[in-house]
Amino acid sequence: MNAPTPTVDWPDRLYATLKRADIRQVGYVPDAGHARLIDLCRADPDIHDVVLTTEEEGVALAAGASLGGQRAVLLMQSSGVGNCINMLSLARSCRFPLLMVITMRGEWEEFNPWQAPMGSIVEPVMKLCEAEVYRAVKPDEVEGLAERAVQHVFGDERIAALLLSQQLIGKKVWTK
Amino acid sequence: MSRTGLERRAAMATLLAERKDDLLVVPGLGSTCWDVAAAGDNDRNFYLWGAMGGAAMIGLGLALAQPEKRVLAVTGDGEMLMGIGSLATIGIKAPPNLAIVVFDNGHYGETGMQPSHTHDQTDGGGVDLLGVAHACKIGTCLDVADEAALAGLAGRIQALDGTLFARLDIAASDPPRVLPERDGAVLKARFRAAIAS
Repeated sequence: MNAPTPTVDWPDRLYATLKRADIRQVGYVPDAGHARLIDLCRADPDIHDVVLTTEEEGVALAAGASLGGQRAVLLMQSSGVGNCINMLSLARSCRFPLLMVITMRGEWEEFNPWQAPMGSIVEPVMKLCEAEVYRAVKPDEVEGLAERAVQHVFGDERIAALLLSQQLIGKKVWTK
Repeated sequence: MSRTGLERRAAMATLLAERKDDLLVVPGLGSTCWDVAAAGDNDRNFYLWGAMGGAAMIGLGLALAQPEKRVLAVTGDGEMLMGIGSLATIGIKAPPNLAIVVFDNGHYGETGMQPSHTHDQTDGGGVDLLGVAHACKIGTCLDVADEAALAGLAGRIQALDGTLFARLDIAASDPPRVLPERDGAVLKARFRAAIAS
C-alpha cells in the first residue's frame, strides 16, 4: 500500500487567507517559491495582479491602493527586501498598511552563495523598518501566521513581513 | 539652440484650472509638489515629501482602486528617472484612468540645478522620456512644448480614456517654494475622507 502523497497546499491556504482579508491588489517580482500563489492571483478576476520591475514599486503600489480604499499585498524574494528600504519611508511616514510576503533564500541548502548576504539580514532590516516579522518554517504554520500578519497590518495600519523559510519552500533545483 | 520651455507654475495652473472633484493628483517630491500647492491646495492632492521614484506607482495603485475617478501623477524628470521601470509596469497594466505627466526641465531642481539625464534634449543630447514611455507601450504619449498643446493636454486629462503619458518641456527655473502640509498621516487621512464624500 502506498503512503498518501504529501500535498503542498500552504500556498493555497495562504491565497485563501488573502481572499478572506479582501486583498484586491497583488504586486510581485516573481520567485519560484511564490509561483503557485502568483498563478492563483493571476487567475482571480477580483485581484489586480501587477508584475513589478523592482520591489519598491510594490511599496508605492500598496500605498496608492490604500489611499483608494483597497488592500494590497507585496510578494517578493529575500533579495528584494534591500530594494525596498527607502520606499518603506512612504509606509512609515504616512502610516500606510503594508503586508509583505517574502520567500527566503540563502539560509538552507542554498546552492548560490550570492543569496546569503541579503538573505541573512532580512529580519534585522525589516525590524529596523518598523515591520512586525513573522517566520513560517513548517507548512501548517503558514495560514495562522498569515492571519496574524493580516490583522496586524490592516487592523491598525502597520507594516508586517511574513517570511517563508527556505526550509519550507525547498531547495532550488539547479540541474534539469 | 537653447531650450526655452514652459514656465512651470503657469503650466501647472493651466493643467489644474478646470479641475473637478473626480481628479486625484499625486505630485512627485520637490518642485512639482510646490507647483501643485501653488495652483491651490486641495484635499484630493497627495503630496510626496519623499518616496522618490514612487509617484507613478502610487498613481497606479490608486487608479486601480478607484476606477471611476481619474488619477494624475505629475512629477519631475529626476523623480521619473528614478522610477523609470514603473513605466514598464504601468504600460502593460494599462489602467484607463491614469495620466503620468512629467515636468521635464532637464535638471535636479531641489539639489542645485545639476543637469539630469534628459538635459540638452533639444540639441539631441539627452534621454528621451517620451520615447521610453512609448517603448513601454503606454497608449498615448504626448510631447507638450507650447500653450496650445498644454491646453489640449488639460482637456484630455479631464476626459481620460486610456493610459496617458505626457512630457512637458519646462524652462529651468526656481520659483519660490509653496509648501503644503507635510504630515504624511494627515495627508493620507484628508485624502481618504475627501474621496469618500
